[in-house]
Amino acid sequence: MGVESSNDVQGADHLLHRLYEIQLKYGYISKEVMLCLSKELQLPITQVEGVVDFYSFFYRTPRGRYHLLFSHCTSCGDLSLMQRCCEVVGISAGETRSDGLVSIDSTSCIGMCDQGPALLINQLPIVNLDDARIDQLVLLMEQQTPICDWPSDWFTVQEKVCRAGLLLHDTLEVGAGLRAALRQGREALLQSITDSGLRGRGGAGFSAGMKWRFCREAVGEAHYVICNADEGEPGTFKDRMLLREHADTLFEGMTIGGYVIGAEKGFLYLRGEYRYLLSHLQQCLVMRRQQGLLGSSILGEAFNFDIEIVVGAGAYICGEESALIESLEQKRGVPRVRPPFPVTSGYLGQPTIVNNVETLVAATHIALHGGAWFAAHGTASSKGSKILSISGDCARPGVYEYDFGLTIAQMLEDCGATDTQAVQIGGPSGRLIAAKSFDRTIAFDDLATGGSMMIYGGQRNMLNVVQNFAHFFAHESCGFCTPCRVGTQLMKNGVDKIATGHGTAYDMDELKRLSSMVKRRSHCGLGQTAPNPILNAMESFPEAFIGVLTHHEYEPYFDLDRSLNEARRLTGRDDAEAHLS
Amino acid sequence: MNRSITVIEIDGQAVPFDEGQTIMDAAMAAGIYIPHLCHKPGLTPHGSCKLCTVDVDGRSVSSCTMPAVNGMKVSNNTPALMEVRKSITQMLFVEGNHLCPSCEKTGDCTLQAVAYHLGMLDGHYPQFYPKRAVDASHPEILLDRDRCILCALCVRAGREVDGKEIFAITGRGIDATLSIHSESGLLGDSDLSVDDLAAHICPVGAILIKDEGYEVPIGRRTFDLHCIAEPGLEPVILRKGDHTDA
Amino acid sequence: MRNPKVRVATTSLAGCFGCHMSFLDMDERIVALLEQVEFNRSPLTDIKHCDPCDIGLVEGGLCNVDNVHVLREFRQNCKILIAVGACAINGGVPAMRNHYSLQSCLEEAFLNEIGVDNPMIPNDEALPLLLDKVHPLHEVVHVDYYLPGCPPPADAFVKILTDLLEGREPSIPAEILHYD
Ligand SMILES: Cc1cc2nc3c(=O)[nH]c(=O)nc-3n(C[C@H](O)[C@H](O)[C@H](O)COP(=O)(O)O)c2cc1C
Ligand code: SF4
Ligand code: SF4
Ligand code: SF4
Ligand code: FES
Ligand code: FES
Repeated sequence: MGVESSNDVQGADHLLHRLYEIQLKYGYISKEVMLCLSKELQLPITQVEGVVDFYSFFYRTPRGRYHLLFSHCTSCGDLSLMQRCCEVVGISAGETRSDGLVSIDSTSCIGMCDQGPALLINQLPIVNLDDARIDQLVLLMEQQTPICDWPSDWFTVQEKVCRAGLLLHDTLEVGAGLRAALRQGREALLQSITDSGLRGRGGAGFSAGMKWRFCREAVGEAHYVICNADEGEPGTFKDRMLLREHADTLFEGMTIGGYVIGAEKGFLYLRGEYRYLLSHLQQCLVMRRQQGLLGSSILGEAFNFDIEIVVGAGAYICGEESALIESLEQKRGVPRVRPPFPVTSGYLGQPTIVNNVETLVAATHIALHGGAWFAAHGTASSKGSKILSISGDCARPGVYEYDFGLTIAQMLEDCGATDTQAVQIGGPSGRLIAAKSFDRTIAFDDLATGGSMMIYGGQRNMLNVVQNFAHFFAHESCGFCTPCRVGTQLMKNGVDKIATGHGTAYDMDELKRLSSMVKRRSHCGLGQTAPNPILNAMESFPEAFIGVLTHHEYEPYFDLDRSLNEARRLTGRDDAEAHLS
Repeated sequence: MNRSITVIEIDGQAVPFDEGQTIMDAAMAAGIYIPHLCHKPGLTPHGSCKLCTVDVDGRSVSSCTMPAVNGMKVSNNTPALMEVRKSITQMLFVEGNHLCPSCEKTGDCTLQAVAYHLGMLDGHYPQFYPKRAVDASHPEILLDRDRCILCALCVRAGREVDGKEIFAITGRGIDATLSIHSESGLLGDSDLSVDDLAAHICPVGAILIKDEGYEVPIGRRTFDLHCIAEPGLEPVILRKGDHTDA
Repeated sequence: MRNPKVRVATTSLAGCFGCHMSFLDMDERIVALLEQVEFNRSPLTDIKHCDPCDIGLVEGGLCNVDNVHVLREFRQNCKILIAVGACAINGGVPAMRNHYSLQSCLEEAFLNEIGVDNPMIPNDEALPLLLDKVHPLHEVVHVDYYLPGCPPPADAFVKILTDLLEGREPSIPAEILHYD
């Protein structure tokens, strides 16, 4: 399987890339290696250590030669498969087998939700897992078969565009959008982007035209374009499809952005889970340079621009634009204080635009077809189309593109979802919508979304869904601010207490109070949205909680009898007095 | 002469400010106390503890990082905000190991003083009881991470005042931790000297000067004599161990 | 007698009796208190089990099985339960052992300590088994009020009891609020 060595790649010296190489080679990153690296790259040792400990895909202790990470997502995850795998291999999750051959753990959603269950093995995705595949896979590992000799169809991520709309209808001719852009000139082009009404597709929905204008007008030594391809929100995978099928259109959008704001450099920040796309993307960049679409004097104009790809290493927070910039700067992905915003002070403190993959793809189309063409679609508040990632309990999961304004009911019908009790719109950080509200629409003034649509059929236990999300946020909190760092842990413990049958009415009130506080007082979007699943579910599915509450007035916060395990073991006692109920 | 005066309103009181000042700066200059832990005048604001949370026109903002804007209406000393700050303080207590009776900083500790100010009687949440490393390798300075609240004051004091790279926050989420910039990772091998601001700025009992412990008798410690909300207390807090003012 | 006396129980769990000592520090004020209060189960009376009481004062956290049983007895019998002192509220000094595993604590005390003869970890069934960590009271039962301090000053005891006896919501003035 072709993970190309990054030696011939630009940015090979980026700390994240160097650490990836080391992790791959040695299976872990030792203190000695960190010290060498810190000297070589002239970075403080605390910065190197900080990064190693921040990103999930770096380890201080050895992982197996086969390192398996099972997606822990309600769409592309199935931890019973992980359990099975652990049992056959003879280790517990989180462990490395003593012979160093295998290690197994779970990880946040890996973006294979339309073809799950899925896992990453040495950073490559294996999709459509089932018991049989797990058993085969274990066999191959035990025989120490190199991964490149494993059945290649296991690794084939299919891009299923189930419904093409405005953007996905046709693949643009390479360079066409850029030529059109340069023909129009910066000001006219920016006007056209503004007139199109294009708003950010990454979730926040800020006007792309305005963002570009602010950045263009901001003073700085250099300007930068960043494409946010972190796509970390569980349940979303449409950027994966765009990166695979429309890379040229995307790079063209970045180039157009660079042209408008006066940048010479762009970065594509690719989530570590999508590393398998790296060689394809690199190839695409090489081609574009050869065609004069990147580099100096692009298309013969006095315009220089090039793009570098930086690959993340397992941190959802790095999708937040200022955390992403920190990560690009080889640091821990901690969101910055705002203001200032990236448009005035972004990468290296310089004016920077950060846009989602889909936003930039749309920009290329607008450059080619004009703002009016785009604005003719969608609704008053929400022009154009939205590309949705649909997964979960439906017959036809995949990528669907609609003009804005469609109802949830329509979407469910199209993807063959019957007996749906709820849809998680926009992933865990979004909104949980119950059946009675399926007449609501996808639009910025109704249900704004980055496009993750996780469908839950009638048989799902919604409390378990909430529990999964609470664990996700506790795992992904960057730890910078108190409400989120501590609050996401407390929320996780609170949901667990209830889900395991130890919750009381008091615990439910507490959880609600805590959730509201974390939502309102956290530093960034992660903490501000982490409580949504709990608060939404308490409102829409109160019975999922109330049904499992105990009727005691108060229940301990830890398992009393289990807390005696160690003493029983040390004393060899097992008499009645050696237990607590 | 510049005759256009810029003013914000804090709990109904008009507070003038200069261009570039934050809400916190303006409040401090006016002698208004907004609870804070990760902020010290003179260091780059951090915005992490969230104790200085205020409501501005209904929106929650950190006063230590939010620039004052003419006409802003700020709620600060409201029962609801005091309750929020108490919850945040309780979070800081339970995530670490704050056993005040056995802590050298007790009586001089800003976290404790803030908690008193907020009327905190208990930690409310279940204790995390983390196991964090103590570092006694430095001849004059002790680092007890159990009490570190990750405010990064020491990090910033080192970089911005002492001109040294000494402390940094590493790790993620609840595993975030204070690390030392030295090959061994030990404080004794770092550049920290007892004269550095970084050695004295810790608001809690995480960084302690070794031979100063329990020097000041009970009844004469900073917060035996002062309430955290008194205006102009910042210099007194920093002058710990030097209680000539009473 | 117009009013029956308010019945108060007290106990020390994983604590040092410091809170009880401080309680007694109220000196002559206890005489006035005793006009309104009678003590039930308490180290002060030697009554071994709680009758139904109005107020329970619990000093110390939970470090063993016995602590849990006693705490539950208090919760069942006391209308109002007060966690008294740092140990009851967040584990206090005894919780310093939470930094170590129970195994290393016991090995240090009973096996490796210099001068230990007949090294063995005690396993007599009469001994209450230790919890792997020391916990504050509110992690096991509902606590109505908290009286911080190590120990809380006698004034604070007087204040909280007077408030309760006079039917007020208890509060502790800033001057006597401290955690040490
Ligand atoms: C926790 C968090 C994670 C985010 N993840 C992503 C992401 O993976 N992709 C993305 O485009 N935007 C993400 N965002 C939104 C970005 O901060 C930013 O708004 C967006 O990239 C701007 O691009 P747009 O205007 O084109 O939407 C995230 C925000 C937060 C708070
Ligand atoms: S809200 Fe959470 S993720 Fe965001 S800065 Fe705070 S701790 Fe980090
Ligand atoms: S640091 Fe402050 S709050 Fe923490 S134990 Fe010490 S005195 Fe108490
Ligand atoms: S050691 Fe002290 S100053 Fe440094 S981060 Fe921790 S609490 Fe803040
Ligand atoms: S003082 Fe403002 S966030 Fe800490
Ligand atoms: S026993 Fe009273 S505070 Fe510990």
